Amino acid sequence: MLRLIGVKKTFNPGTVNEKKALLGIDLTLNEGDFVTVIGGNGAGKSTMLNAIAGVWPIDEGEIIIDGINVTRLPEYRRAKYLGRVFQDPMTGTAASMQIEENLALASRRGLRRTLKSGINSAERERYKDKLKILDLGLEERLTAKVGLLSGGQRQALTLLMATLKKPKLLLLDEHTAALDPKTAAKVLDATDKIIARDNLTAIMITHNMKDAITHGNRLIMMHEGRIIYDVSGEEKKSLKVSDLLEKFEQVSGGEFANDRMMLA
Amino acid sequence: MDIRLLFNALPGACAQGLIWGIMAIGVYITYQILDLADLTVDGTMCTGGAVCVMMMLSGHSLPVSLLCAFAAGMLAGLATGLFHTAMGIPAILSGILTQLGLYSVNLRIMGGKANQAINVSNYPLLVSLRYIRDVPFYKNAIFVVIIFALLITAVLYWFFGTELGCAIRATGSNPNMSRAQGINTNVNKIIGLMLSNGIVALASALLAQYQGFVDINMGRGAIVIGLAAVIIGQVLIGKLAHNFASKLLAVVAGAIIYYIVILNPNDLKLLSALVVAVFLAIPELKNRYFNRAPKKGGGGNA
Repeated sequence: MLRLIGVKKTFNPGTVNEKKALLGIDLTLNEGDFVTVIGGNGAGKSTMLNAIAGVWPIDEGEIIIDGINVTRLPEYRRAKYLGRVFQDPMTGTAASMQIEENLALASRRGLRRTLKSGINSAERERYKDKLKILDLGLEERLTAKVGLLSGGQRQALTLLMATLKKPKLLLLDEHTAALDPKTAAKVLDATDKIIARDNLTAIMITHNMKDAITHGNRLIMMHEGRIIYDVSGEEKKSLKVSDLLEKFEQVSGGEFANDRMMLA
Repeated sequence: MDIRLLFNALPGACAQGLIWGIMAIGVYITYQILDLADLTVDGTMCTGGAVCVMMMLSGHSLPVSLLCAFAAGMLAGLATGLFHTAMGIPAILSGILTQLGLYSVNLRIMGGKANQAINVSNYPLLVSLRYIRDVPFYKNAIFVVIIFALLITAVLYWFFGTELGCAIRATGSNPNMSRAQGINTNVNKIIGLMLSNGIVALASALLAQYQGFVDINMGRGAIVIGLAAVIIGQVLIGKLAHNFASKLLAVVAGAIIYYIVILNPNDLKLLSALVVAVFLAIPELKNRYFNRAPKKGGGGNA
């Protein structure tokens, strides 16, 4: 479903701020794979997702989604194949627009925006049903401005928007990191449900190692712009947090022990 | 101020305020919906009138002239849009560049003269300051411009409810989210700028007819008046305006209030400066006294 071949990216090349963010990423995802990604700060996790989403062009390599080479497509054209949820709850929704308008925007992802009405009554009923899955009472507030919602509600709404039109690949960039533990659990639960229901292929970045182990069927660990550990199936199921920590200390020489991941 | 003077000048101020209100609707599209400060309007506020007057002087009909004025405004918006998106120049600077260039373009449109007059007795003008009193109501400048403003409001209300219109609103509200939802933010910004400047050019065409001439300087400071109208409308009547159409009408009302307040033209510069000061202070005052949920989201990169 997704193939990354030798993807490289350097920010601010040739300056004092030069940062080699991705040093050749090779990754192949099969249909239905749900991959969790862990790694310390600056390991290149978000950079990898942004490369796939096309936020900026990559320096080298190829990105292929379901047989379509998207390496040179701009962000808004790749959006057709991708569902995205961001770390910052403010990023995924339009605050000055209504809940139903946000959903209507998302349901037209990848389609031409014409002079037809932006939202119709049949859609509204459908959105109501979809919002019920989130169990946040949003189905009664279709015309409320999204800016009035809490971070958790906005994140749940973004998740719904990302999956409203079935994406070929769902990209979750630490989408529960900014939420309180209770809300985070709720959003994560909804994520699991939707991925299982629609049999989605997904990549989820997380700082919580326990989440990384309990969710998904495959786990990859990144360090300094490379994938250093890739585990799936039974082997992944038997992983423990201590195994991951040990793995990390091996590659980073112990520096990882004081990273915020420890707390998870 | 002599109260009789006020009453005498009131209808004229209303008509002029209404025309500037249409112009302010254009400013509202860029400033509020697209979240861009577009300074092109200072130039477009002359271009529309120049095109309309010159075409009518050369024998074209009123509707064709108005349509061409609208198209000319859209072209100016397109120029600013391309400066901003294709060439990556900041929006404010793009607007200033177009505005500067338009000065020469406007002079050329007006045949190299700094102003051109058009006489309402010889040409079938839509509005004129002579049609304020003692004319049948359908010829009254105030009535005609009100109809015009309502028509534009209705069309915009429809447009911003369409898929395309929603995409433009999303672009202004949160560009990151918009691109993630497959919206080409650059194209939408250009469409918004074109629409905005088209409307400003229409207002310019109306103003030129109303005052009976077009002048190279008639657009000077237009952005300030437009912003003032938007702000006055929001502060004074914004509470009553809940849907999009009534928000646009509040902007028009803001422009009328502005023109009634500055009945004495000698006070213009002082009042304009004060309005700008208030306008600059509003975000701060709003935060201090009305602690409401933030209106705009998005911003920072993922």
